[in-house]
Amino acid sequence: MVSATVAERGAAWEVAAAVPDPELPMLTLADLGVLAEVEVDGGAVTAWLTPTYSGCPAVAEMAADVDRRLRAAGYRDVRVRLRLDPPWSTDLITAEGRRKLAEAGIAPPRPTSAVAAAGPVPLALGPTRTAAPVPCPRCGGADTEELSRFGSTACKALWRCRACREPFERVKEI
Amino acid sequence: MQDHSTQADVDDHVYLGLAEAAPGPEGEGRWAYGTGFADPLLGVDTALPPGVDGADLAACCLMLGDDALVLAQRLIEWCTRAPELEEEVALANLGLDLLGQARLLLTRAGQADGSGRTEDDLAYWREEHEFRNVRLVEVPNGDFAHSIARLLLFATARCALYEALSAHPDPVLAAVAARGVKELAYHREYATAWTLRLGDGTPYSSARMQAGLDAVWPLLDELFTAHPAELRAGVDPAVLREPVLRSLSAVLAEAGLTVPDVPPLASVLGRAGRDGVHTEALGPLLAELQVLARAHPGATW
Repeated sequence: MVSATVAERGAAWEVAAAVPDPELPMLTLADLGVLAEVEVDGGAVTAWLTPTYSGCPAVAEMAADVDRRLRAAGYRDVRVRLRLDPPWSTDLITAEGRRKLAEAGIAPPRPTSAVAAAGPVPLALGPTRTAAPVPCPRCGGADTEELSRFGSTACKALWRCRACREPFERVKEI
Repeated sequence: MQDHSTQADVDDHVYLGLAEAAPGPEGEGRWAYGTGFADPLLGVDTALPPGVDGADLAACCLMLGDDALVLAQRLIEWCTRAPELEEEVALANLGLDLLGQARLLLTRAGQADGSGRTEDDLAYWREEHEFRNVRLVEVPNGDFAHSIARLLLFATARCALYEALSAHPDPVLAAVAARGVKELAYHREYATAWTLRLGDGTPYSSARMQAGLDAVWPLLDELFTAHPAELRAGVDPAVLREPVLRSLSAVLAEAGLTVPDVPPLASVLGRAGRDGVHTEALGPLLAELQVLARAHPGATW
């Protein structure tokens, strides 16, 4: 019966994985790495979500959307739970998620290992152009700079391309 | 294979009606109107691990949660008042991180002490003397430099504390701290950048930044003063004193600022924020924070 369980879990995963993120609707919760696990036990489905930032106001919305979609798919006994450990990281955003972000004009995050390797710059003022380049999601130009570390949502920063002169948002590495 | 009705336990799902009655073509139009998923520790295993005392753990979570809640409230006071729109957005984002941490920590406190109090019970229905935050987070914002000075002190110290707490035996506190340490690192970076910009700017900006530091520095010591409940829960902020002071001194030196030579703010018969003894600034802050919840008890939307 192992294969049946795997197939059941796969089907439930597909339903939960298709839920769009409320704040980055071009991404699904699976693209974003927020959907941690889906388990099917008999008739019960449990979906685990790992919230992004502590203060992310979209967590309740995500939980409600996953719950609703699973019920709409015919599951009656649905549980949505949060998993805090290990903490979410931008490294969990899938390749597909990164592609969709760039397509929507949002620069995807770099691997956190690349950022750590570039070293913290706690005592230098205004490293608005970082060692590890952030290519412009519109023109691909490498000459970009940070306008503000904080943007329209907790997970994004505001940047500008010095080649095409367009501002763009960027998902911050965490 | 998708008829699981026999397993249905509708009583478990008070939000079922909301989830099914969602408006809009995609049914995802309830944004900001309440989802029924109000518990910030929804479905997280909250059993106390062996060897962890619930009362002591609750006391620690309350202290950390109150610090975060009160500073979040101070930070959002900058909305519509910050020098630039970008800074207003930044300060509000920092406040949002802290508010998220506060929700998790207060929820954990209400579970660990066995009282079953929710985050809202603790945030809105305690009196001033029941708050356990350090006085550093409650004093008024002052000018922008003053607020940056407070943020620099708090973020540097709290980042170090969260780093230590991410190995705490309580898995919930450890997870909140592990998440928080990355957020506080951003807060510290932001405060550091402004300290450098103002300190190393014009003589006028430097003087304002120095005045802000001088004003908040007497409140720094409380962050390193261990409360007995913290020590029993395996948390000793005193060990952070040296590394945090070293880090702060390096920032101030780079910014051309002086480490203030001022004594710590006196306590009252040895009691301060961690014991519920606060400055006169906390009362008005709580009045604003709590007025709506108290005017409409239990209201939801």
